[in-house]
Amino acid sequence: MTYRSSVPLYWRLQKAKYTLVGTQCITCRSLYFPPRSVCPSCRSKGFTKQHKFTPSGTITTHTVIRTPPEGFESLAPYVIAMIKLDEGPLISGLVVDTPEKIATGKKVTAVFRKISEDGKDGIIHYGLKWKLVE
Amino acid sequence: MRVGIIGIGQTKMGEHWSKSLRDLSTEAGAMALKSAGMTASDIDGLFIGNMSAGRFVGQEHLAALAADHAGMTPIPATRCEAACASGSLAFRKAYFAILSGHHKIVMVGGSEKMTDIGATGSVGTLMGAGDQEWESSIGLTFPGLYALMAQAYMERYGLQRDELSLVPVKNHAHGVKNPYAQFRFPISVQDVAASPLVADPLRLLDCSPITDGAAAIILATEDVAKHFEKPVWVAGSGQASDTLALHDREELCRLRASEKAAQMAYIQAGVGPENIDVAEVHDCFSIAEIIAYEDLGFAKRGKGKQMLLNKDTSMGGSMPVNTDGGLKVGHPVGATGIKQLIEITRQLRGEAPNQVKDAKIGLAHNVGGSGATALVHILRRD
Repeated sequence: MTYRSSVPLYWRLQKAKYTLVGTQCITCRSLYFPPRSVCPSCRSKGFTKQHKFTPSGTITTHTVIRTPPEGFESLAPYVIAMIKLDEGPLISGLVVDTPEKIATGKKVTAVFRKISEDGKDGIIHYGLKWKLVE
Repeated sequence: MRVGIIGIGQTKMGEHWSKSLRDLSTEAGAMALKSAGMTASDIDGLFIGNMSAGRFVGQEHLAALAADHAGMTPIPATRCEAACASGSLAFRKAYFAILSGHHKIVMVGGSEKMTDIGATGSVGTLMGAGDQEWESSIGLTFPGLYALMAQAYMERYGLQRDELSLVPVKNHAHGVKNPYAQFRFPISVQDVAASPLVADPLRLLDCSPITDGAAAIILATEDVAKHFEKPVWVAGSGQASDTLALHDREELCRLRASEKAAQMAYIQAGVGPENIDVAEVHDCFSIAEIIAYEDLGFAKRGKGKQMLLNKDTSMGGSMPVNTDGGLKVGHPVGATGIKQLIEITRQLRGEAPNQVKDAKIGLAHNVGGSGATALVHILRRD
């Protein structure tokens, strides 16, 4: 079964997905990526403003996806890592390098790439992937 | 007031090509009624756990459908969803419904029909339990999430790959005697090592299967349940939540929701981990069982593997875990929580195929997603 998505689904996440714009709590200054509208620590006093992150981080754990979901078949096997951004937040990211090069502790930087296609004539989904800093 | 389990029923777990979701749900419910010596007209409320009938078979509004096909209308029928923890969530809601005084005899079921879509479809559907915007959208899968945990755990605590394999080896050995199991064959550490990689370091035999199945329990007030021969009592119930996305956790080697749910259940039951005679834990992927030992207080942090190396959690050990084979021998997601509680009920009644001698207190631990929901129930007999 294919679930074709509408344009707004991707459009509203453009800033975060294309340029790594997350949020910062106006009260405690904590940084969030992915973006959150409310800081979970400060709650009602914790509305957030936009914050653009530096696209640089370190691998903290990693895997190789060999049984991919729909839309990712042609990429498999591919690496997914947890990346600790230099500014703090931990995120999940697809790393474009081959599996044998990946190790915990290695530095990565963001690259703009096609992520997946929503069926043959659906929307092409773009965003950031990550690559090792040589 | 105490609430007791007075009836249990479950279908065989497997690929039920000739049965639909409604057939399986009705079959499990009918078996539970039969075991309690009751008919559908004795039941005054229905709760059903189901993760994703909408995506697996295109069917929503499942609770009314189940009541309809079981001939239970017009009683109130409610569906509960918390991904793979949907079954025990439904159980907790049914338990509360009786405690509230609004219900007297309630049926709580769980069901999932996972093989009506192809394997790729089921990978995507299961990932609905994760974060759609920030996990599944980048190509992450459920085996992938637990693989990230496994890799982090192995690097932090020095767990060896072959030690991790002791989980499916033990659970498959237990599953051989389970007549409801999808798989009833033993495996070796070598078999795990020879099975294909799914998400490194996890291999096929580390993963729970895609399963069709349903299970049902009849719960009743103490006034009703005390007249039954071997009532099993709900002694404690705990439920907790955590961040939906794995990357939003401070710790990848523990599930905070499991710890919190266990604490709630232990306090209510007035027991500790040392009092548990038998347990069902959520071993959706091998690493999950080792982390569960630690989250539930059975083992110290980082030492979970010792229970496997010492065979503490095997049949004949000090506290057998997953005596029916666990999720490794069948994981119909919405039904799993109920299936676990049925196994603990059988153990406390002395009717389990792998019977733990003189089991008095049992625990069931059910996790939704990568740990964003966890439920722990403690059952005991008189």
